[in-house]
Amino acid sequence: MTVLAPVRLGRRDASLRERATGRDSPLRRLDWVLGLAVLALIGIGSLLVWSATRQRMLDADLDPQAFLKRHLINAVIGMTLASVATLVDYRSLQAYAPVVYLASCLGLVAVLTPLGSTINGAHSWIVLGGGFQVQPAELAKVALVVGMAMLLADVRDPERGPRDGDVVLVLALAAVPIALIMLQPDLGTVLVLVFIVLGVLAMSGAPLRWVAGLLVAGALVCVTAVQAGVLDDYQVDRFAAFANPELDPRGVGYNTNQARIAIGSGGLLGKGLFEGTQTAGRFIPEQQTDFVFTVAGEELGLVGASVLLALLGTVLWRGLRIASRSPDPFGRLLAAGVVCWFSFQSFVNVGMTLGIMPVTGLPLPFVSYGGSAMFANLVAVGLLQNVHLSSREL
Amino acid sequence: MTDRSRPRLIVLRVFVLTLLVTLFGRLVALQVVGGDDYAEAASANRVRPVVQTAPRGEVLDVRGTPLVRNRTALVVSVDRSALLRQPDDGAAVLERLATVVGTPAAELTRSITPCGDDVAPPCWRGSPYQPVPVAEYDAGDAAGLQRVLRIEERREEFPGVRADFTTVRDYPKGTLAAHLLGYLGPISPEETSQPDYDGVTATALVGRAGVEATYDGDLRGRDGVTEVLVDRFGAVAGEQGSTPPVPGDTLVLSIDAAVQGIAEKALAGAIDRARDLRARGSGARLVADSGSVVVMEARTGRVVAMASYPSYDPSVFVGGASPAEYARLVDEEQGAPLVFRAIQGAYAPASTFKVVSTIGAVESGDYPLLGRYPCPGVYGPTGQRNFDSAALGTVDLRQALVKSCDTVFYKFAYEAWQRDGGNDPVQEPRDPMVRMAQAFGLGSRTGVDLPSERRGTIADRAYKQSLWEQTRDNRCKGAVNPELSAERRRANEEYCEDGNRFRGGDATNFSIGQGDTLVTPLQLATVYAAIANGGKVLEPHVARALVSASGQVREIAPEVRTTVPTSPEVLAYVREALAGVTQPGGTAAGAFAGSPVEVAGKTGTGEVAGKQDTSWFASFAPADAPELVVVGMVSQGGTGGTVAAPMVREVYDGIYGPGGLPGGRLPAALPRALTAARPAPAAVTP
Repeated sequence: MTVLAPVRLGRRDASLRERATGRDSPLRRLDWVLGLAVLALIGIGSLLVWSATRQRMLDADLDPQAFLKRHLINAVIGMTLASVATLVDYRSLQAYAPVVYLASCLGLVAVLTPLGSTINGAHSWIVLGGGFQVQPAELAKVALVVGMAMLLADVRDPERGPRDGDVVLVLALAAVPIALIMLQPDLGTVLVLVFIVLGVLAMSGAPLRWVAGLLVAGALVCVTAVQAGVLDDYQVDRFAAFANPELDPRGVGYNTNQARIAIGSGGLLGKGLFEGTQTAGRFIPEQQTDFVFTVAGEELGLVGASVLLALLGTVLWRGLRIASRSPDPFGRLLAAGVVCWFSFQSFVNVGMTLGIMPVTGLPLPFVSYGGSAMFANLVAVGLLQNVHLSSREL
Repeated sequence: MTDRSRPRLIVLRVFVLTLLVTLFGRLVALQVVGGDDYAEAASANRVRPVVQTAPRGEVLDVRGTPLVRNRTALVVSVDRSALLRQPDDGAAVLERLATVVGTPAAELTRSITPCGDDVAPPCWRGSPYQPVPVAEYDAGDAAGLQRVLRIEERREEFPGVRADFTTVRDYPKGTLAAHLLGYLGPISPEETSQPDYDGVTATALVGRAGVEATYDGDLRGRDGVTEVLVDRFGAVAGEQGSTPPVPGDTLVLSIDAAVQGIAEKALAGAIDRARDLRARGSGARLVADSGSVVVMEARTGRVVAMASYPSYDPSVFVGGASPAEYARLVDEEQGAPLVFRAIQGAYAPASTFKVVSTIGAVESGDYPLLGRYPCPGVYGPTGQRNFDSAALGTVDLRQALVKSCDTVFYKFAYEAWQRDGGNDPVQEPRDPMVRMAQAFGLGSRTGVDLPSERRGTIADRAYKQSLWEQTRDNRCKGAVNPELSAERRRANEEYCEDGNRFRGGDATNFSIGQGDTLVTPLQLATVYAAIANGGKVLEPHVARALVSASGQVREIAPEVRTTVPTSPEVLAYVREALAGVTQPGGTAAGAFAGSPVEVAGKTGTGEVAGKQDTSWFASFAPADAPELVVVGMVSQGGTGGTVAAPMVREVYDGIYGPGGLPGGRLPAALPRALTAARPAPAAVTP
């Protein structure tokens, strides 16, 4: 026995190396197209965040690279989290789901207590001190995707898909974080979550009447919310400005107008990095976060903005590929949920800068400045990689 | 994988692809299709023009005496849109402001309300988005500055009220030549887009009357613009380029401030004295409501003085005339002091017109210049009487003018009318007197470099026709109106029938300048200048030259409009006859006894329906070598010989008499100080 011990140790040593570099190592087997697309998005995003903040920081006599540095730190932390999410045992992922779900709900409740802070009109933050703050709503996206995948994959009759009872249970569980986020209020995140619920339900094979019913119900809720005054005035105004962009260009419609001017003035090749007058002139509020795409449009032009869209498309394509190759319903639903999340959020974000979607305050995945979103997005990518790895194992 | 999952995953793929394609399509639409528009919007976003107001040019008289200058003043203005954001629409603010500036709140409210279809003056004529000036204090006025300080100290009580240092017009000679100089007013929103006002900001003041209006484009200069690069918060990030302001030109008038003063004093004095006189016929005191004196160079048409009574203080327009003040200035009841009688008042020329009739009759070829003509008390064919029914026997044309015999001219006019077919006119009537009046430029504007000149009227056949066409319907109704007297009905019926007919009485009335023929004092001055200078009808000018800040001089050259179709002999004869008017036996002999210069002229007493006579004297001097034309007119001022002639005499005394102008001459050259290059005045930034 003792003789074997060194061998086992040696084998372990060897396996560590092998696991890192060997033919079957996870590192080799990762979806590198996905990984590189995400890295490219983060790289371009860093430049855009830098450009969006540089002049403002210079004007204020502050370090012009401050945002860039923190953005890169966030990316590194996010990639570490993504590695963990990639390497967690695929089967135990489901076991973590309730923990993540409960943690996010607790965070969302905490936001509503005096622990939470209001930043930019939304009561969405918990300030941790030292300049750090987290947005539990971002965690809720991960929790919802994983939680729904778990519940809907684990149905009694996998061939027929979830039954009504399963669907009701899932909806009930999803309703908790959605309601909590509605209270902040963070309409954008609510829309993303609702879209994830719809998408994952549809992918799970749930009866179509549920999907259709939910769509109708959602529309009814929106109409009632506007009429009953549940929404804040500024939210209604944003939608009104979306419906008619020329409405009060100095007020509500200001952001979208300035955003379109920035993107439109970029033309085919853009004005060059750091050369955007709209960007340097600070005409667009929240430019390093929600409106970061305008920097791409103005400074990098149609070419640069299209590259950005293509990279996002690559991420979504790989996500869909992973979903379709997943051997089990959990992996498939997980990947599909992430795709729903990224696609919807990207569309709303870019669409609002282009004036085809209302302003709802959602960051562009991997590109916008913001730690919590970066962490959540990269964890989601880690989960995709995890599913990818698991499908190769079989 | 469940049966249902597979197709649904394909749906998700299609969905994702659709989203991406949508975004890309929109991106192309914005950046490629709309790119240029957005690029323009982006640059407009970033570039803010900062305007440096160009100093407005000064106005000097012919000797270089400043008549209009600039000074710095503190102007209190009200931003109406800021007031309207107050819960009570700013009523409380205006109440407080009223106590500070001493103008009733109701008047302040009226003065800041923009004029519109349903808002009649008094109201604000400028842009509704522009602060309205409501009070102005000179920078040296300590008490005024104290008042403004009360506003500045309690800013929170005066939202929308601001006080700024601004350059305003200053009138060192007070009310002198007020009508001629004019005033400034806010540019109207419609004007800002007109080419004449290219480069003028929406808040600018532009010339509204007088030379300020005519030469606005020259006096205005060109505002400087610095294109400042700004960010969203208006913070200046740099300059893109700048054009310095170009100061307005200095305007040198042909007006001589001294002569202008003499003319205004003579006019005011004559009106004062006339009010002690009694009217011919009625015996009532003369009203003498208004009057005018024009002094013009006979050979060049340069106006030396142009007075109008009543006058006003042009400084009421500085900082914006209050609505009440403006209403007073245009109120007929109060004499409408804003009306520039010299060019905007039209009156029957009466006997001063006989020079035109004389030349017209002679040039018709029917009445020899040296012929002798009967001057009975009453002209038989029309039954019209001579002034005072005096019968002078047979007279020559000189006597007809000197004694102002009407019946001689009745004869000329009536016979010419008969030769034209009388009541049954030939196809192309000769109308020699009408033609001559037109040749002298009557019935059309003189073209003087001042705005809103009246063209006057020649009561000829066309005039009768158009008047009849305009009034016929009314008169025809009056012919059958039982409320009118039988006599009125009959008169209406006749007029209704053939009121367009040019009758013998119309021709005879015209020949002595009575009836509907109207001339402005300046028009009459150009007629007498033409007689004095050998037949040239001049375009009068009040401006002599424009001098740019760099010293470049643009002279305004005299201009001849037309030449009267007559011979030098006829003109010399008329001049000689007019010289007799001021000699013993002439109608103005009394007024000109002992005159320092020999004056040739003609009196006139215009009959006005429902009013007292218009008193005229039109003249030139020296009689043998005319240099100056002086025309005087007093509305409801009695006879020409008693009021206007002494007034004009006073003007000649001031020019040629002891203590008058040196040699009675005006300077031929421009003031030397002007033609030398002047340093450009410093730009004023309000």
